[in-house]
Amino acid sequence: MRHVLSVLVENEPGVLSRISGLFSGRGFNLDSLNVAPVLEEGVSLMTIVTRGDQQIIEQIVKQLRKLVTVIKVTDMQHSTTVEREMALIKVNATESNRAEILRIVDIFRCKVVDVSLDELTLEVIGDHGKVEAVIALLDRFGIKEIARTGTVALRRSMQPEK
Amino acid sequence: MEYSGARILLESLKKENVDVLFGYPGGAVLDIYHELSNHNDLKHVLVRHEQGAVHAADGYARASGKVGVCLVTSGPGATNTVTGIATAYSDSIPLVVLTGQVPTPLIGNDAFQEVDIVGITRPCTKHNYLVQDVSQLAATIKEAFHVARSGRPGPVLVDIPKDVQNQMYAFQYPERIKMRSYNPTYKPNNNQVRRAIELLSEAKRPLIFAGGGVISSNSAEDLGMLARSMQIPVTGSLMGLGAFPGDDPLWLGMLGMHGTYAANKAVSNADVILAVGARFDDRVTGKLSSFAAGAKIIHIDIDPTSIRKNVEVEVPIVGDCKLALQGLVTVQQTEFADVDWAGQYDEWNEQIKEWSVTHPVRYHKEESLKPQHVVETIFELTKGDAIISTEVGQNQMWTAQFYKFRQPRTLLTSGGLGTMGYGFPAAIGAQMAFPDKLVIDVAGDGSIQMNSQELMTAVSHKLPVKIVVLNNCFLGMVRQWQELFYDRNYCSTCMDAQPDFVKLAEAYGAEGYRVTEPSKLKETLKAAFASPLPCIVDVRVETEENVYPMVPAGASLEEMLLV
Repeated sequence: MRHVLSVLVENEPGVLSRISGLFSGRGFNLDSLNVAPVLEEGVSLMTIVTRGDQQIIEQIVKQLRKLVTVIKVTDMQHSTTVEREMALIKVNATESNRAEILRIVDIFRCKVVDVSLDELTLEVIGDHGKVEAVIALLDRFGIKEIARTGTVALRRSMQPEK
Repeated sequence: MEYSGARILLESLKKENVDVLFGYPGGAVLDIYHELSNHNDLKHVLVRHEQGAVHAADGYARASGKVGVCLVTSGPGATNTVTGIATAYSDSIPLVVLTGQVPTPLIGNDAFQEVDIVGITRPCTKHNYLVQDVSQLAATIKEAFHVARSGRPGPVLVDIPKDVQNQMYAFQYPERIKMRSYNPTYKPNNNQVRRAIELLSEAKRPLIFAGGGVISSNSAEDLGMLARSMQIPVTGSLMGLGAFPGDDPLWLGMLGMHGTYAANKAVSNADVILAVGARFDDRVTGKLSSFAAGAKIIHIDIDPTSIRKNVEVEVPIVGDCKLALQGLVTVQQTEFADVDWAGQYDEWNEQIKEWSVTHPVRYHKEESLKPQHVVETIFELTKGDAIISTEVGQNQMWTAQFYKFRQPRTLLTSGGLGTMGYGFPAAIGAQMAFPDKLVIDVAGDGSIQMNSQELMTAVSHKLPVKIVVLNNCFLGMVRQWQELFYDRNYCSTCMDAQPDFVKLAEAYGAEGYRVTEPSKLKETLKAAFASPLPCIVDVRVETEENVYPMVPAGASLEEMLLV
């Protein structure tokens, strides 16, 4: 099962290596990891996407909390969240299929951010599923390069009763 | 008043009540050693290899309960500490390891004797630090000691570049620690404590399983009180030996791969297990799916990651073992005072007694010198009033089986990592903590060769540690596995090419004894134990003796190979 973990950490040298080392050393799955400073001075937020059964996720959360530089760990599975990731996709665009690609751009509310005679570079923003869907649809035209961010997530302000 | 970084470091250590450092000088710590000569209240034990320094600090910590401290130089000095650090990490031993580092402007330049020791030790320390500026030094040392000794203890490494050591700064040792991200839970949840007693009150076949956490939290007395007032039998892991008196009628001996018949039967047939400060290591559980299959488990541990890591737990209690045990006793003696605790487990205790009587740990007593007999004789001579360290392998298991540990902190052994070469330097550290105690390293002929250079340390510091080598000319435990599981193919385990241990001792200025006949064993050990010098007693034991009971790796605890 896919889990998004929101991890507040002290922003100091080595913190990324402590976290990635924990995942590799203990054989935990790491789908994506995104890190950037937050408003509070000296603190960064890591958004980690991982997968595993309940027992493994419980271990991952506990092991993260055990790290001395980790301030707070939230398993977003327990809340309603907004999730986003972004991908830049460079796709083959010939005269014959360019129109169809642009239709996909339109449907998924992507942006064309670079154009050449035989390529389009698209920016797609959305949750993990949307980005995957766009990639799947563009695949048949020939994707030449792709650059993706990991997932970032926040809890929604209004949480439904569970 | 401004001090150099080196002096700030030493003054900080004194504020932490450090009285001894185990170390080895080198280029990147010269400033600290230069300053050290001005501080007579800080003793320094000069080892012969940095690995020995860490094991010695570890032995000091296990025996005394204080934080062990070592000081080494950068590069190879630092990398030589890694095995010692990993050993301490596996067994949750509080250490502060101070390493020198090349000057900050050179870091990352592949400078002479530069290594990224903070990177290297990240997975085997509880936490580690690189001090980038002298203004941070005192606070970092304070934090390092706090992290090392609080919560689930562990080793902490502080890497101090050479230029930081000679920068000047006003020394002020911080009064308090501010760490928003580190705050171990000590106080157990009362509801969980109550649920635990409730579960025990309904149990018919309860068992207490004591781990190293009972010792590190100094709660052996509380455990004894609980077990006796409720008449619950007690077993322990290797790390838990000494947590409950080895000669108490409720004591079943160690459980697990080389555990006693009674302990393994009890754990397999119990209906409630109260695990205290244990982590259900694979050497304890055997095949997980059949481990304690009929039992509900109550698990007390200060480290939440230990709980539900390997086994399913009915009542998790996160907190300090001492506070949790005290809480259990309080609830038992107030809310559950009218339960006939002793009476309701009568049948179970009878059953356990039968297992203990019919299958005690034993060996075939023959003409030859049996290693088990050597351990028994050491116990007979010391009556349990000694600090025993072990190396790793058969010597370690026979010590666990045949020496009755009566007090906590009297067994120093590398349980988690299984580090050969640990026992002797650890004994040196323990002897530093307790100069007047008898400290004995029960060794094998293989293990002792891994750190025998520390004989010079023991002799030069007048530390009369005794090494009893159970010499079977084999890497005995590996040979045992080869015998049982690898068609007796004794590939590379025969060690009959070995030094003359008597002469080796004498070469270092220690005393050497050799025992080849059972009749001479006791008097020779007695003489060695009475000597004011470090001694090696080379005991030529039966060469192909095996450790039994044995649960083959991956088998269930009830599938024991017996004598």
